Order: sequence, then structure tokens, then C-alpha cells
Amino acid sequence: MLSNIGNTLLSLNILIGISIIYFSFQNLSSSKVLIGRKIYHLCLFQSTFIIICFLTLVSAFIVSDFSIITVYQNSHSLKPLLYKISGTWGNHEGSLLLWVIILTIFSFFFLLYNKNHPKNYKIYSLIIQNILILGFLFFLLFSSNPFSMVSPIPKEGLGLNPILQDPALAIHPPLLYVGFVGSSIYFSAAIASLITNYSGKLFAQSIKNWVLISWSFQTLGILAGSIWAYYELGWGGFWFWDPVENASLLPWFAMTALLHSLIVLEKRSLLYFWVIILCLLTFILSVTGTFLVRSGILNSVHTFANDPSRGLYILIFLSLMIFASVLLFFNKFKSSNYNLNSNSKETFILINNWFMIFYLLTVLLGTVYPIFTEVLTEHKVSVGPPFYNTVIIPIVVIFLFFMSVGPRTQWIKNKFYNLNLLFKILIVSIFINFSIIYIFKSYSLMSNFIIISALFLIFASLIDLYKSLKKQNIEFPRVISHLAFGFLILFIGLNYNFSIEKDFNLKVGEKKNFENYSIEFQNLKLEDFQNYKAVIGEFKINKSDENLNQFLFPEIRIYEKPSTITYEASIRSNLLKDYYITMSNIDRSEYYNIKFQKKPFMMWIWISVIFISLGGFLRFFKNAKKYY
Amino acid sequence: MQKNIIKLFIISLIIFVIGVFFIGLNKSSIYDTKDLVGQKISKIQLDHFSDNRIITEEDLKKNDFTLINFWASWCAPCRDEHAMLLKLNNDEKNLKILGVNFKDKKDNALKFLKDLGDPYDDLARDEFGKHSINFGIYGIPESILIDKDLVIIKKFIGPISKNDYSFIKQIVRKQ
Repeated sequence: MLSNIGNTLLSLNILIGISIIYFSFQNLSSSKVLIGRKIYHLCLFQSTFIIICFLTLVSAFIVSDFSIITVYQNSHSLKPLLYKISGTWGNHEGSLLLWVIILTIFSFFFLLYNKNHPKNYKIYSLIIQNILILGFLFFLLFSSNPFSMVSPIPKEGLGLNPILQDPALAIHPPLLYVGFVGSSIYFSAAIASLITNYSGKLFAQSIKNWVLISWSFQTLGILAGSIWAYYELGWGGFWFWDPVENASLLPWFAMTALLHSLIVLEKRSLLYFWVIILCLLTFILSVTGTFLVRSGILNSVHTFANDPSRGLYILIFLSLMIFASVLLFFNKFKSSNYNLNSNSKETFILINNWFMIFYLLTVLLGTVYPIFTEVLTEHKVSVGPPFYNTVIIPIVVIFLFFMSVGPRTQWIKNKFYNLNLLFKILIVSIFINFSIIYIFKSYSLMSNFIIISALFLIFASLIDLYKSLKKQNIEFPRVISHLAFGFLILFIGLNYNFSIEKDFNLKVGEKKNFENYSIEFQNLKLEDFQNYKAVIGEFKINKSDENLNQFLFPEIRIYEKPSTITYEASIRSNLLKDYYITMSNIDRSEYYNIKFQKKPFMMWIWISVIFISLGGFLRFFKNAKKYY
Repeated sequence: MQKNIIKLFIISLIIFVIGVFFIGLNKSSIYDTKDLVGQKISKIQLDHFSDNRIITEEDLKKNDFTLINFWASWCAPCRDEHAMLLKLNNDEKNLKILGVNFKDKKDNALKFLKDLGDPYDDLARDEFGKHSINFGIYGIPESILIDKDLVIIKKFIGPISKNDYSFIKQIVRKQ
């Protein structure tokens, strides 16, 4: 039943998509000044139907309708409601449906909220966006249909992979998708802008909110994924340079570059073609990321399905997208001379873009390099964290300095102000860095640079924050994001240098002492839960110089459906540090392998990222108030 | 003229990248263990754990059956399967076990074998995990069962279970 509703709605959406394109072309050739009511209505229907279609799939998951393969493979009747719902997008087919929804809704809202822009520009954006929608709908219907039936109907589902049953992961895909699928709308707008020669300031205004909103969501989505990895994968790290993580980071770099160069286009009508390249690049990278992750061409801890035929479809789609946009771009490109003053704001924003592109290329290279070596030389290699850390970290130092200095420049003029102040900030930062070393412990030269430059950015931004609060000027969102970025790097630096990690074997009743910590394995119990059994350890952590008395309860969970063992970390977070324990059993022995970690400032790493994206949201709401 | 060269260059680059992706797409099945069964391992070059020599396919051709087991002292599931390996090594005369110590410290590995017992007839070392990739290893423990002609009979992902143990026993005793 639900399967039929879903399939009907999907087919209906294909028809609507085709008619929108048809009526749009009709509208283009007519002399009407306005976009026909018909088109608005069709877009409204399109969005409504696809949302109903998605809700149909959600209800199939809620009522555990195992006649649908997707539900059968990814759900189980005993699963908690939240994970039944999040199971909808925890698989290839369902998440692709989420793709289409975001494409559709963004398409509708873009049409709705850009009333003051020329008709042709809007119509072409709509056409391109609907071509994308159709492409994904066909893919959905013919190669990854979420509503395919299975016969005979199984009595029970196979269950969702237990490590995906987590609140952070439940919200991670929707957030991330609003981010990188949302970038489709400025891909379409950029193509429309090239076709209709609609450039300059007004074009920048028409897309800037869409860039802001997708950027902010992308940031939050990456954060949710990272928090999940920290809690769930049980290694105590939060970023692993895994291909899937990289795939989410690549469009983020492009978006961040776009976010900044868009300001130049809006204020000074410069860099038009560069902005277009970034618009195109962001969405192309999003689709490339999807291709790399979904086709199974790269092996990663969370690849969904290895189905080369799906990969082939995305690859063909991707190639068409790339060639169409590149050829159109070449056709329209006119080189122009920019005479930028070397110390003007324009130049510094361009510098930001160079850095972003540098990071982007580094991560892209690291991610696809294994494919190239395998295809070209038959050698299999894996590119790990050492590569990224060596290439990226030194450059971050320089980047942070530019980031502090950049906002203090002015448009057009070749003038710095407050050079003196910056110098004072630098001295203070260096002083604080050495106090940290003096009071706590010393660290590597590179860490010194990282911490000094992060402090430099923080102080520079704090001064800006003070000024903007006093004068109530519009720079507030920018200051928040930059300040938070400075804190992010600072906390990552401190976390990296002040983490303690210890591995040992204990049995119940035993105690382990090291440095000034003691860890006591007090108890072990077996408990039954709704969808798993758990062996729960009870550990007491104490410190010799303070009365800590922290209790931690790491678990070994045994899931039935599908039968899996997971190791759940127990984490005690507070504002200053996290204590983190995982335990695993050693066969034929009463000993357990214990991994203890003290990780300072974890909470602040998350908070910093939230504030980075908050800056984006604030700017978005400010703009929205101004224009709509 | 110069502009055209740039355009041509960009387009060839894109075609090249997409081409590589396309070929990679059809190759990626190497990771799929199902397809590994029946394939022949052509070339093996592993550094011996303690001796200064290289273990090659010639060494493995001498055995009726070889189980190549990838392990490390830091890997908890490797402890799980250790009992099975010891038993296999003890009971099955037709089977030789080649251990490959994966991304491990030498001292830790030796301590591991001293504490839990040494099931390996031969031990190789893959300090940086470089050679293991050639076997399609992406997590440990993993084991590959091959015969005299170096044809892969089965690949085991994760620790060797009781079922795997019986499976290996059955295959090895058939001869």
C-alpha cells in the first residue's frame, strides 16, 4: 500500500518536473513580464508531493512495513521510535529521497523569495534546478527505489546498524544535506546568470542568503558527524580524515570561499567570474563527494552500499553537469583586469580564497589519490592523517594571521589602520603562549605557532566585538564566526597537546595508578535493554591532588538485530575536560582491556563550531529582515 | 591562442579524472571478498618478522594449505581469535599459519605472543600496513585461506569464529 503511494508520488513528481520545464520555456518565449501563476502552483505541488512522499517512507518505517525492501533491510519492529524515523535516511535509498526533497524545496523558495530579480534569470534558474531534480528522481525511481517491494513479506526486519543508532547521527544527514544539496540552488542560479548575463551586485544579492544558509547548515552537519565519531567510534578522536568526512569538508571549503568573495561582488562588483566558478564548484564537489562515497570506489568506515551501477549513474550525471557548466563558462568568460590595491579589503578576501582553494586541493588530492594510484599503477595506498596534518597545519598558522589582519582593512583604499594595536596583540599572544608552557608543559614548535596565531585572532576579534557592540554596526556576525574559529583552533591545539591516553588490562576489583590518576574497576553487571544486552563496567577515577570521585560506565553491547558487538565509550564531560573510558573483553580471561583518556576542552571545540555557524545564521536573519 | 590551450588543458584534465573514476568504478570490486575466492595470489613479498629475509610465494607453495592471518597486539578482536589459531596450528598438520603483524610495535607483538601463545609457523611484519593493502585488508583481524597453488579458498573478515574454524578443518582434512 505505502509502496504504491510512494511510487505514484515519485512518478507524479517526474511529470510535474517535466511540465515545469515545459511551461518555463513557454513563459520565456512569451512577452509576459511576470512568471505565470501556473508555474508557482506547479512548484508548490511539487514540493508538497515530495514531502508527502517522504512522509510515506517515514510512516513505512514507523509502522515497520517490511514489504518494502528498504524498511526490511534497515529497520526492526523493536527499535525505538526515534531510530525508526532516523532509519529513513540512514540508508542509500532514503537519503537520496532526502536529496530530492531539498532540491525541490530550495527550488520553490528561491522562486518565491527572489521577486525583485528579472524574470528570465529566475526562469532559467528554475529550469536548471528542475533538470537536476529530474536527474535525481530518475536515479531514485530506476536504480535506488526506496519503495521497492519484497516478496514474500518478511516477518521481521534486519535492523539498523547499531552504530548508526545515535541521536547525533539521527540529525547529521538532514543538516548536512541542507548544506551541500542546498548548494544546488546557486549552481542553477550561476548557470542562469551566465545564460542571461545577469551579473554584478544584484546577482550577488539574489544568492547570498542561500550561500549563508547552506554554509551554516553544512557547518552544523559536519559538527554532528564529528560528535558522533567522538562518542560512537570509541577512539576518542573527533576527526579522522576519512574519505566520507573529507567529502563533507570539500564543499565546505568552496562555500566558505564563496561566502567571502560574494561580499566583494556585492560591494564592488568585482570577481564576478570567480564567484561563478565557486558556485559551480561547490555543487560539483557535493555531487563528486556523493559519488566517491556511494559508489564504493573508496572504501571507508561508513560507505553505504557498494553498487558500481549506482556509481556509474552518478558519474554520468556528474560528467554532464561538469561539461555543460564548463563549456557554458568558457563561452561566456571575458577576462577583465582588476586593479586591486595590495592592502585593500578586496585583496584580503582574495587571500582568504587562495587559502580555501589550497585546503580544498589538498584534501581533494588526498581523497582521490588512492583511486589514481590504483588505476594507473595497480598499487593500493591509503592516505592518512599524517599527510593532512603536515600539509595543512603550517598553513593554518599563516591563515590565522591573515584572518586577523584582513577585516581591519578598508575597501579600495591602500591603508591599514591600527597596525600598532596588532603588534601589541601579538606580544600579548606570545606572552600567554609562554605562560601556558611555563605553568603546564611545553609542546612542539608547531604547536607554539598554532596557539600564538589562534590567540592573535581571538584578541583581534575580541577588540572588534567590543567595537561592534558599542557602535551596533553590522559586523557582528562576522566577528562571532571569526572569533569562534580562533577559539576552535586554540582548543584543538590545547586538546592535542594536553590529552592523556593510557591503555591497560584490569579485572574487577583491581586498581591502576599512573601519573596522579587512579582508576578502580569496581563492578561489572549484565543488563537487558529493549534492543540489546549490555555488559556494563563501573570505574572510579580519582586524582591524588583533588577529590575527583568520578564514576564511568563503559559498555560492551550485544545487539541481536543485526547481531553485532559494539563498544560504547563512557564519557564524563564538563566545561574543562572529558574523561573517556572504553573497555573490551579479552577472551578466556577475566581481564578487560581498558582505554582511558583525558581530553581537555572537548566541550569548547563543539561550542566553537556552533558559534561559527551561528555567525552565518545571524547574518542570514539580518539580511532577511533587510530584503524581505 | 594561449586561452585555447588553457581551455584544452582544463577539458583534458576533466576527461582524465572522469576516466580514472570510471575505470576505478569497475575495479573497486577488489574489496569485495566474494570475488577474491578462486583468484590466485600472484606475488607475495613480506618482510620476515625477525630474520633478515623476505617471505615470497615460493615459501607458501611448499605448504598444502596456508592461512594468512593479519593481526596486531593492539587489536582486541585479535585476542578473541587467538585460541582458534592455536588450536588450528596444533591439530592440523596440513595447514601452516603465516602471521602478518600489522602496524604494530615489535616489542608489543613479541609480548602478545609470549603471553597468549604463538600459533604461527612463520611470522611476517608489515610495520606501516603497506603490504597488507595488496591483500585487500582494510581492518584487522582478517585471514585468507589459500591452497598449494596460491588460490584463495576463503577470506575471513573479523576474528575466526567457531564456524570458520570448522570450515577450515573440513577443507584441510579433505585432502
